[in-house]
Amino acid sequence: MFKRLNEIEGPTVTINIEGADVQVPEGETVAAAALVHHLGYTRTTSLSGAPRSPLCMMGVCFECLMEVDGSPNQQACQVQVKAGMTIRRQQGVGGTDA
Amino acid sequence: MPKSYQLVVIGAGPGGLCAATTAAQLGMDVVVLDEQSSPGGQIYRAITRTPADRSALLGADYQRGASLVEAFKTSGAQYWPQTTVWSLNAQHQIGILRQGQASIIQAERVIVASGAMERPVPFPGWTLPGVMNVGAAQILLKTSGVVPASGMVIAGTGPLPLLVAWQYLRAGVSVKAILECSPTNNLWRAAPRLPQALRAGDYIARGLKYTVDLLKGGVPIYYGVSRLQAQGNDQVEAVNFGWERFGIARQKTLSTNHLLVHFGVIPRTNLTRSAGCHHVWDRGQQCWCPQVDEWGNTNVPGLAVVGDNAGIGGARSAEHSGRLAALEAARSVHLISRQQRDSQGQDDQNWMRKDLRVRPFLETLYRLPDSLLVPSDDDTIVCRCEEISAGAIRRAVHEGHSDPNQVKFFLRCGMGPCQGRQCASVVAHMVAAENKRPVSDYPPFRVRPPIRPLSIAQLADLGGAEE
Repeated sequence: MFKRLNEIEGPTVTINIEGADVQVPEGETVAAAALVHHLGYTRTTSLSGAPRSPLCMMGVCFECLMEVDGSPNQQACQVQVKAGMTIRRQQGVGGTDA
Repeated sequence: MPKSYQLVVIGAGPGGLCAATTAAQLGMDVVVLDEQSSPGGQIYRAITRTPADRSALLGADYQRGASLVEAFKTSGAQYWPQTTVWSLNAQHQIGILRQGQASIIQAERVIVASGAMERPVPFPGWTLPGVMNVGAAQILLKTSGVVPASGMVIAGTGPLPLLVAWQYLRAGVSVKAILECSPTNNLWRAAPRLPQALRAGDYIARGLKYTVDLLKGGVPIYYGVSRLQAQGNDQVEAVNFGWERFGIARQKTLSTNHLLVHFGVIPRTNLTRSAGCHHVWDRGQQCWCPQVDEWGNTNVPGLAVVGDNAGIGGARSAEHSGRLAALEAARSVHLISRQQRDSQGQDDQNWMRKDLRVRPFLETLYRLPDSLLVPSDDDTIVCRCEEISAGAIRRAVHEGHSDPNQVKFFLRCGMGPCQGRQCASVVAHMVAAENKRPVSDYPPFRVRPPIRPLSIAQLADLGGAEE
């Protein structure tokens, strides 16, 4: 569980995380938004189905893969939030094959 | 024909920023490719966007980045944010992905400044949600002011855990404990290197200050920690470890939902490997580094590497090495003479030599023991993407797959989305340990483009982008 040190200052956008509408600061990464939203795990692995969550936050580990606006395999730590964005946990390989 | 640029700098941390600024000021046509959305690299991440109170909390070292970015912005160098590099070859052709569009650009010269990554060290439970790298948690703090909501345990080695714990303390965030995982006898081996380290700057004084502040702030620090384990079903619930006091071994369990880990940093070598640069095993840093001369030149003509990407020297040395490579680039296109390069580079070389004096001490103090480099528990996952365990890798070696690349072909470890970034060094150490030979005897995983996943649609559109 993560929290913000301060109330959000400056412009915000509304995004949808796993069905819930959430206000987040403009320019924030999808991974940060998901962690503050107490998502716990952000994907399950394609082989054993084990839960995983962001590890490196700098684009090298690929543990934070999520579905963003229907596209699977997005690195949540590298993608910035946009107004109206829909974010879902990635189940297994993601997409229609999930 | 791909579009051509005189100098392409890959990365916008202190090394890349100083290289680009210097080269542009000398009259070069410079483009900087940055994965992030604003300049600063990981060390000065979000420096241009961080509110003043958060910047103050992060400390003076962080604020230094602002002046580097300021100089860069007025230098005339072009800045391409959110641009990932998926290929680099010895002919200086660079495959990039920008705004969803893949393309290839040509550079007369390339300076690679893609920095370092936290060294992956597998231990039981390290794949559980709630385990995160210390540097990753610090990125959340820098970019978003986001912190663990409940008392976290910080485990590992090196100066970064102390710094981040100290920043949390200043922010009023609860740190349950710090677990120092380097062997206690490292201190005696490092001691002879201390006088030299003290001449490098105030590194040692700051490390002591962080430690004293943390102890005063009531944060327990456990030394000589071993057998680190994260426990829990779908989430970290507790951290279990062994530690020593007065030579007596003890065992302890702390309940927590957050375990932050850090075992030093290693250069990111995917780009330099795919370009065919020579790499050497650095015994002090316990990792592979691209082989460079004092100007950052590699064996590939026109391709230089600077900053931590060329071997871990820290943010300040990265600035100097960036400038040196820029001077060399300007010399190569006859904007300055060899004599001008040498005289203008003198100060940077002197500063760098002084700054790097702290490294032998730090490398010895925080040297990782074999017990961390080679996971002993067979059930521990080594390749996180393909979920390959330490036991499976050991079995593969025993069955005759006696080289990291053979193990990779046989088990698929290193073939998932991260393309071996998280397991390459661990597999190399495991193969070496099983064969009882030094790890430097083994070539690490081969790297081939695309070094980042690209969709078929993006690849198919590549021709269109070039026309």
